[in-house]
Amino acid sequence: MGKSLFQKVWDAHTVGTLADGRTQLFIGTHLIHEVTSPQAFGMLRDLGLKVKFPQRTFATVDHIVPTIDQDAPQDPLAAEMMQALRKNADDFGVTYFDLASGKQGIVHVVGPEQGITQPGTTIACGDSHTATHGAFGAIAFGIGTTQVRDVLASQTLALEALKVRRIEVNGDLRPGVYAKDVILHIIRLLGAKGGIGYGYEYAGDVIDRMSMEERMTVCNMSIEGGARCGYVNPDAKTVAYLKGRPYVDMTDFDATTARWLSFASDPDAHYDDIVRINAADIEPTVTWGISPDHGISISENIPDPAKAATPLEKASIEEALAYMKLDAGTPIKGVKIDVAFIGSCTNGRISDFREVAKYIQGHKVAPGVKAIVVPGSQIVAIQCEQEGLPKIFTDAGFEWRGAGCSMCLAMNPDKLIGDQLCASSSNRNFKGRQGSPTGRTVLMSPVMVAAAAINGCISDARELFHLEKPAAVA
Amino acid sequence: MALEPVLNVTGRAVFIPGADIDTDRIIPARFMKCVTFDGLGEFAFYDVRFNSETGEKTDHPLNDPRFAGASILVAGVNFGCGSSREHAPQSLRKYGFNGVIAESFAEIFFGNSTTLAMPCVIATAADVVKLRDAIEADPSTEVTIDVENLRVRTSGGLDFPVTMPDSAREALVSGRWDPIQELLDNDAAIEAKARELHYV
Repeated sequence: MGKSLFQKVWDAHTVGTLADGRTQLFIGTHLIHEVTSPQAFGMLRDLGLKVKFPQRTFATVDHIVPTIDQDAPQDPLAAEMMQALRKNADDFGVTYFDLASGKQGIVHVVGPEQGITQPGTTIACGDSHTATHGAFGAIAFGIGTTQVRDVLASQTLALEALKVRRIEVNGDLRPGVYAKDVILHIIRLLGAKGGIGYGYEYAGDVIDRMSMEERMTVCNMSIEGGARCGYVNPDAKTVAYLKGRPYVDMTDFDATTARWLSFASDPDAHYDDIVRINAADIEPTVTWGISPDHGISISENIPDPAKAATPLEKASIEEALAYMKLDAGTPIKGVKIDVAFIGSCTNGRISDFREVAKYIQGHKVAPGVKAIVVPGSQIVAIQCEQEGLPKIFTDAGFEWRGAGCSMCLAMNPDKLIGDQLCASSSNRNFKGRQGSPTGRTVLMSPVMVAAAAINGCISDARELFHLEKPAAVA
Repeated sequence: MALEPVLNVTGRAVFIPGADIDTDRIIPARFMKCVTFDGLGEFAFYDVRFNSETGEKTDHPLNDPRFAGASILVAGVNFGCGSSREHAPQSLRKYGFNGVIAESFAEIFFGNSTTLAMPCVIATAADVVKLRDAIEADPSTEVTIDVENLRVRTSGGLDFPVTMPDSAREALVSGRWDPIQELLDNDAAIEAKARELHYV
């Protein structure tokens, strides 16, 4: 019996077994940001500890940075957090991609674009969307702040191994169906808690054909399905993406490539579960409720609690509909929106903006809709500028902003107001997620967000943009 | 580092209804604009405890005077899902909770809670309903999470088994819930592993 990538990486990084039975796992790469790290550095100071391998921790600022006038947050609390990260990076000798570096951005965009994210490695970050890096065949997961302290101090964590579920998506995606729809569909099928205890291995010919950025979109939302990590086996595309990036050692690249590819799951690997999904069953998918597994295709109606299978499901639908102010049994298509947001660690990469820009020329954002576009990093922003994308967006009535997490979780000034409804390319539709305790979020792909912005309501992008040819996954 | 073993926790309990209660719900992101965990307790479940327009208290169970001072939280499935923010269990700890009983937990929340010596035990849906009914019928009911023997008992006579991963139970009852010293003690093995890994 062969091994999965998860088992290979886990074995290669096992330092030993702790008294309570957990594995002491070496964390080769540690990413930090301003929200979940200051307390960890405080703990180090209290304990008189230093950072064990400062060269293996990389910092950036993303959650609280404003997307307008980025250098000078008006919010004193945000300014204090930025100063704390600067001081901690300086005091402990950690690399910091700050706003002046030209490399700042969402931590899950920065890691791959710098080539810090590599196959066969372990990556931890005090952020649940760390699974994004699994797109490169890394075992990457979110941790709490006390664990951030553990990694800083020892470069290891006390962890329990996960089971592995292989999710195969085979066939051909229909036109207008994107990586975002694939992962929203998976979460809908398996549930928000379906992945508890598992790491997800995404496979099948649809995943094989995806670009690295599309794979990142899929892996990014593993946690929304309850899985602590998700990954794709490394292949020629992974190698091509990484080749020549700043943190990739090019001295013996053939050997590096061979080592990277050796971590891919063996053909006879053991899996604890296998799920097979037919790509043709996936439609443009949107959420209607307050959990990421509250998903439906754009042509479906909003669920009716009267038709729920269990009392628990009935109560859950009723709670979600009351919060979302939506009517049971009615189409999701046509629901009015107030705000449109394109960005986040799920969909804030160059390919996302290129794809939307292909379709919005000649269109205008509907009157009364606030539409904002937030690149995932400064490097993505520069790429967009070089390709003339900001003008395409602003001509169509979108606001073009600076890099950061922005309205995904609204720790900066970009927030919903009152019960505004936002068509969002981000990853979470929890109550209050986008900064207003009564704000409403509908998750979808960036092209679907653009269609909603232009029509002023949740729309089928295939109709508005005449999407006939297979789009992103060529 | 000698830590206090967590063999059991006892207190009055409060039931918070709903599945998939996420960590944004437990501690909204705007309260994370801080560089310490101090003061998070008052913001636990803030946006469901207070009406965002009027500022008035809602009918949330944590506002119910019958459950004031409860230190055991009882919940449904997938409690603590979403963001990895340790601010969530920190805010519950500082609010006054010492343990959580739920049908299931999201893993990062579970791990963060264990590291804070706050046991999270898993009960069946039927037992959660019985416990809920018991504490709602008599909010003065004392609930004990017996971590050592993995049972929940109440002063009203309920007594049912619960589960948690062996490693977490062991860490709590042996006073090793914060693993930092043990991790640091293996320094030689850490150094050896670092030399073995090409990319480090």
